[in-house]
Amino acid sequence: MAKAFQKIYTKITQITKATCSVKATDVGYDELATVEGRLAQVVKIIGDEVTLQIFEGTEGIPSNAEVVFLGKAPSLKVGDQLAGRFFDAYGNPIDGGPVPEGEERPIGGPSVNPVRRRQPSELIATGIAGIDLNNTLVSGQKIPFFADPDQPFNQVMATVALRAETDKIILGGMGMTYDDYLYFKNVFSNAGALDRIICFMNTTEDPAVERLLVPDMALTAAEYFAVDKNEKVLVLLSDMTSYADALAIVSNRMDQIPSKDSMPGSLYSDLAKIYEKAAQFPTGGSITILAVTTLSGGDITHAVPDNTGYITEGQLFLRRDSDVGKVIVDPFRSLSRLKQLVQGKKTREDHPQIMNAAVRLYADAANAKTKLENGFDLTDYDERALAFARDYSEYILSIDVNLNTTEMLDKTWSLLSRHFKPAEVNMKQELVEKYWTN
Amino acid sequence: MLTKGTVKGIISNLVIVEVEGPVSQNEIAYIDLEGTRLMSEVIKVIGKNAYLQVFESTRGLTVGSTVEFQGHMLEVVLGPGLLEKNLDGLENDLDKMEGIFLRRGEYTFPLDEEKLWDFKPIAKVGDVVTAGSWLGEVDENFQPHKIMLPFTMNRQYTLKSIAEAGEYNIYNTIAVVVDDEGNESEINMIQRWPVKIPITTYREKHRPYKLLETGVRSIDTLNPIVEGGTGFIPGAFGTGKTVLQHAISKQAEADIVIIAACGERANEVVEIFTEFPELIDPHTGRKLMERTIIVANTSNMPVSAREASVYTAMTIGEYYRSMGLKVLLMADSTSRWAQALREMSNRLEELPGPDAFPMDLSAIISNFYGRAGHVVLNNGHEGSITFIGTVSPAGGNLKEPVTENTKKVARCFYALEQDRADKKRYPAINPIESYSKYIEYPEFEEFISEHISSDWTLKVNEIRTRLLRGKEIAEQINILGDDGVPVEYHITFWKSELIDFIVLQQDAFDLIDSVTPIERQKEILDIVVDICRTDFEFDNFNQVADFFKELIYVGKQMNYAEFESDKYNQYREQLKTLVSQKKI
Repeated sequence: MAKAFQKIYTKITQITKATCSVKATDVGYDELATVEGRLAQVVKIIGDEVTLQIFEGTEGIPSNAEVVFLGKAPSLKVGDQLAGRFFDAYGNPIDGGPVPEGEERPIGGPSVNPVRRRQPSELIATGIAGIDLNNTLVSGQKIPFFADPDQPFNQVMATVALRAETDKIILGGMGMTYDDYLYFKNVFSNAGALDRIICFMNTTEDPAVERLLVPDMALTAAEYFAVDKNEKVLVLLSDMTSYADALAIVSNRMDQIPSKDSMPGSLYSDLAKIYEKAAQFPTGGSITILAVTTLSGGDITHAVPDNTGYITEGQLFLRRDSDVGKVIVDPFRSLSRLKQLVQGKKTREDHPQIMNAAVRLYADAANAKTKLENGFDLTDYDERALAFARDYSEYILSIDVNLNTTEMLDKTWSLLSRHFKPAEVNMKQELVEKYWTN
Repeated sequence: MLTKGTVKGIISNLVIVEVEGPVSQNEIAYIDLEGTRLMSEVIKVIGKNAYLQVFESTRGLTVGSTVEFQGHMLEVVLGPGLLEKNLDGLENDLDKMEGIFLRRGEYTFPLDEEKLWDFKPIAKVGDVVTAGSWLGEVDENFQPHKIMLPFTMNRQYTLKSIAEAGEYNIYNTIAVVVDDEGNESEINMIQRWPVKIPITTYREKHRPYKLLETGVRSIDTLNPIVEGGTGFIPGAFGTGKTVLQHAISKQAEADIVIIAACGERANEVVEIFTEFPELIDPHTGRKLMERTIIVANTSNMPVSAREASVYTAMTIGEYYRSMGLKVLLMADSTSRWAQALREMSNRLEELPGPDAFPMDLSAIISNFYGRAGHVVLNNGHEGSITFIGTVSPAGGNLKEPVTENTKKVARCFYALEQDRADKKRYPAINPIESYSKYIEYPEFEEFISEHISSDWTLKVNEIRTRLLRGKEIAEQINILGDDGVPVEYHITFWKSELIDFIVLQQDAFDLIDSVTPIERQKEILDIVVDICRTDFEFDNFNQVADFFKELIYVGKQMNYAEFESDKYNQYREQLKTLVSQKKI
């Protein structure tokens, strides 16, 4: 695709809100160009008419604009100099530092051959029992927070990132408020973790379409460290709903027929291409993706969370529990699909069963609460289930908990023993005999 | 003479090519991108322009690139050595590819070209043979693999010579046949077949009737699937579709299991090829992988090859069915396949049907399910393809085109329910909404009375009614309160809970509980129905709940214990003792 000289084209045939078309020849699909100095990418070629998507938008583009094709797809220079740096969506430094040197690689590269992947098997300990006990994370996993915009997902994500044992943390910000960007920057710098951080940032102040580049930039950097350097990389993507919104804008301007919720028909594949970059590699490196998908009023049937749920390996829900006045990790709606790869294997044998038993009893408490709200008398069992639920929320599910996994298991056994009889917990007899505390 | 063409336009993976000669719909073509050959398929022709869907990324492709058409549709290679393979949607052997990342334009041959197979002739010189006739066999792992007259040979032939028993590779001639005009053809162990066309070299297809054991109680006992049957599993994410599908593919009593991972997570495929080589097939004692073929087109692999992947899997299934084998084909998920159709239809600017899916979605789905079935081959042997597809309904709402169109054709429906999944009642198959049409077949009923017991169907219907009754009472209790209904209602409700906990719920991660052979399912059913038919007396509803919780606890321990072991017998006796204490 490299070219010996750069030719300037000026025959613009069409300008829309996000695209312009130009008469040009010998242009490659996906190739980058500049239109009046603004970065653009080829999205359609018919004969000698090339349609370009201009990331910043087409405001002020004249019909005799100068178009220069760069002979390459969007790319990032990868190397160890990326560590500790902050970039914009194009990979240009925004921290005042020099442009890092390194090998130039096209972003959005090929997929990992599925037979070269390894089964994820390493537990990521976060200390948050609502995650480690009920929804254990595993390196190589991809999992989003499903959260309403007012919930403290960025705080939980920052806590997880700092407590997890990883070599690099790569933050991809899409439509992030500037305040949240500064929050992350401060938290990481206060924790003395800046040298492990790499950040690609598109804030709400930047053009929306630019953020389409952010996940691919972040993941190209991640693949460098995970594959070339065999490091454990954690990628934080916030917020994928803003990313999807940008996809919808582009597809709309390309006159594509929208499917559910005005999202493009290819939304599933577009999101999968990003999330599937999470992998455990044979040489020891791994990419784990922790993302945020903001919801509108908790609606998970909207196309973005719905398609995400089918792609990711579970999801984490936060909820404010008014009984204890704390934000908890919702045990019903949260799920880590890879948890059985580590629970009871990398953790104590009783982990899978006690986790299920506690959630089941917590569900009984929810039923009892409904009864109470409907004005019915509670049985003795109901009363005990409610008391258990309060303790369970406070000491296990709350996001301010910080315990190791064995402590979590012991704590849960002591709560069960305090509130229930062995026959009520419905577990294997050997486990009950071994761990029940009188 | 193969047709050539030149690229005129590129919109993502849709490429418009001006052709210099004739092309046919669905013909395969290779586009040259600076030496890399990109495989593609004709999906529309207008005048001199052919519209090609490319099975790879088109990044860097330029107008003016040359295109070579291949004169045939998308084909698969069929022959011994497909078992244990990890293939992509176009039948490339993934293990033969180099490097960690998939490289564009890299195509690998699915079979081992040098391996020598121990051939034994079946047909004799002078035999009249037709497409699909068994000429000989080789041992593929532990199964006899029939070498057949290629399906494309559609005349009558006489066998002129056949190789002696001995070792041959796939290219060695093992037979020579002559047609009625005296034309000779040499036959070796491989053949090719276009995936979109069903292989129909059988005498008849009849209604399936033999139970296909899966070891999953809520399927085998409540809504059984049969050899050659069709079923589908719709469920929102997180309701346990994949776990259920893996359980079926691990445990089903099939000769060959083909797993089409269509547009789903790559780690799920990794789980299969990490675990299956270690796990033992409960029916043969061999490694599970030895009977398994994986066709993987995961969600990040090229979208247009996703559509091809289910056809590739089905064609391989039909090949093994023609050998008289029981094939189980699982596709996860058919919704992703439908979405791939939608993406392409959208780029072709076709008028959309419901939810922007193409108008012919319904016909495509029903034709595909129609390729499954139980057949009698021309030589009188029987073979079958049982097909189970999953559906991922958008928003968990079953009123969407893929679910609705699948419901019209699949005979078993396993509805995964969010509410059951939230309560950790796994498998989350809703016992009331799910159905199996095969229960109504007299042939099936006959098979069951002969092989399991004559009162089986009666008892199954009884627990079905009890589950429904239990659900109705639970709703009444919710409205009226525990005190608002008679104690008998609580007894009826808790009997249905007993059925739910002991029969329906099953621990997919427990070595013993995860697989329940049919004899054991019969015993569990007998025990539970006996208890349900017993009259009990209690003073108040609290006693009812306490008593049944105790029963459930013991029953669960029984399910975890090895069948007919001392422990198992002990728990069974304990159940009897508990029941006798409270019965009238």
